[in-house]
Amino acid sequence: MAPAILIENLQKSYGKVVAIQDVSLLVQPGEIFGLLGPNGAGKTTTLRILCTLTTPDAGKVEVSGISVLKYPKLARQKLGYVAQEVALDKILTGIELLQLQAALYHIPTAVAKERINKVLDLLGLQEYANQKTGTYSGGLRKRLDLAAGLLHQPDVLVLDEPTVGLDIESRFVVWDFLRQLRASGTTVVITSHYLEEIDALADQVAIIDSGLVIAAGTPSQLKDQVGGDRITLRIREFSPSEEADKAKYLLEQLPFVQEIIINKAQGNSLNLVVTPQSEALISIQQALNNASLPIFGIAQSRPSLDDVYLAATGRTLMDAELAAIANFDPKAKKQQNMR
Amino acid sequence: MKTEINWQQVASSSTEVAATPQLSDNFFGELLQETLALTRRLFIQLQRRPSTLVAGIIQPVMWLVLFGALFQNAPQGLFGATTNYGQFLAAGVIVFTAFAGALNAGLPVMFDREFGFLNRLLVAPLASRFSIVFASAIFIISQSLLQASVIVAAAAFLGAGLPNAVGLGAIALVVFLLALGVTAISLGLAFALPGHIELIAVIFVTNLPLLFASTALAPLSFMPQWLQVIATLNPLSYRSNQFVIFTYIVTGD
Repeated sequence: MAPAILIENLQKSYGKVVAIQDVSLLVQPGEIFGLLGPNGAGKTTTLRILCTLTTPDAGKVEVSGISVLKYPKLARQKLGYVAQEVALDKILTGIELLQLQAALYHIPTAVAKERINKVLDLLGLQEYANQKTGTYSGGLRKRLDLAAGLLHQPDVLVLDEPTVGLDIESRFVVWDFLRQLRASGTTVVITSHYLEEIDALADQVAIIDSGLVIAAGTPSQLKDQVGGDRITLRIREFSPSEEADKAKYLLEQLPFVQEIIINKAQGNSLNLVVTPQSEALISIQQALNNASLPIFGIAQSRPSLDDVYLAATGRTLMDAELAAIANFDPKAKKQQNMR
Repeated sequence: MKTEINWQQVASSSTEVAATPQLSDNFFGELLQETLALTRRLFIQLQRRPSTLVAGIIQPVMWLVLFGALFQNAPQGLFGATTNYGQFLAAGVIVFTAFAGALNAGLPVMFDREFGFLNRLLVAPLASRFSIVFASAIFIISQSLLQASVIVAAAAFLGAGLPNAVGLGAIALVVFLLALGVTAISLGLAFALPGHIELIAVIFVTNLPLLFASTALAPLSFMPQWLQVIATLNPLSYRSNQFVIFTYIVTGD
């Protein structure tokens, strides 16, 4: 069976600005594939090429075995694209927008009527269906945009930053919905610069940075590669630094502890990197107990995707975001996105 | 390999009717479907935001009244033996209104570009992207014909009389061709220029100068030599000629 998406050695520059240096991705049918990276990493450009909005300088792009570059129209039928900026016609009602969308995909009127009804149900939009989209909240707009992207029942649904700017509740609605889609066999590709989002949703992840894929695999694999578990320990809600130092010294004696950092910003809590093992928490508790130190809170977790990003690039995703914001040129961005 | 989203598990239990969309041989059916849908959108917009149409009707009527008054004392016979200035002007205003309306056709498309709505059309498997052009043309032509009807009625009310059937047909044909051609140019500009500011600037410098350097308001014989040259080259003067249209006017008796 052909992969849902095959991208090989993709390259794209806008003038002197290199948007994509070399990106290769393989997405299998029925999975949620997450593209993680800071702003300006090349995520959106990759998706725009995939959805036939931009042509690459070089590389191969296929959707369900169909070359996007050779047969763009065929590929468009297989793809649903939900752009980052929700572009609705605010004069149209929700239902009118969906009717327009259905006609653009040549869905027969009778079928369209039934499907529109279904997507409205599915995304909880029935009661707003006859209101102008100009009156919608951000969450509603996104949901309508999602509904529109799904009307033609695409093999692959492509979502660019689907939850940016959404309230928490709408975000969970979108997450749930994407999981339901996956359960029914639709391939979903999402970009995000929210680590938790990719972590919570994606079966496969590619982390891209400066137009290059710097890591790819399942979230689990990527975390295993970084190695070590993370333990956050709070002796008290706000520990005196002498106590924190003492605990640090004590715990460094334990054989499985690799590294300890005292986080002053969080009440002198201790951040430990440990070799994964089941008794870690108990051993730590005993060690502290023996030294008559209390424990306010202790939690063990696997490395996050941020740790993966840090290991691959030497900077945290937050740092990369801040750098990207500093270099952001809204005018150039707009020109790129306009057709 | 899935071909259908199994929505039933979350929604109703009714059976899904349609299969996966396939590239159809029905090119003209698809073209018609998408063109009608895009045209419908434009008409819904007009219906809910009629201010541009209202302005587009008031303005030419104002032209008729004001320019009619301005040239009230023009010498008899200047516009041909049987034509009075009201008739001459009505023809010019119809042509100019159709021209100006069509010149604005690119604006909605430009805004669609800027707001990203156009991307929605471009990622869809349209039979042909000309459907975007056709929809605009149908919309603008309908609007221009409506405006022309109002102008003819207003001119009649102001004393120019009503054209006969052949005259009306000629008006419709000229408006149709002019709106079609200028809409095409405007849409071309909407895709070529970087943004709506530039498009508005082009419309701004084109509109009124073309009006005054044409035979819409005054005949060639009224103009100095250099202006005659420009007016002759001006597409606004190429209306199958106001004299032709209004020769067929039934002048009252």
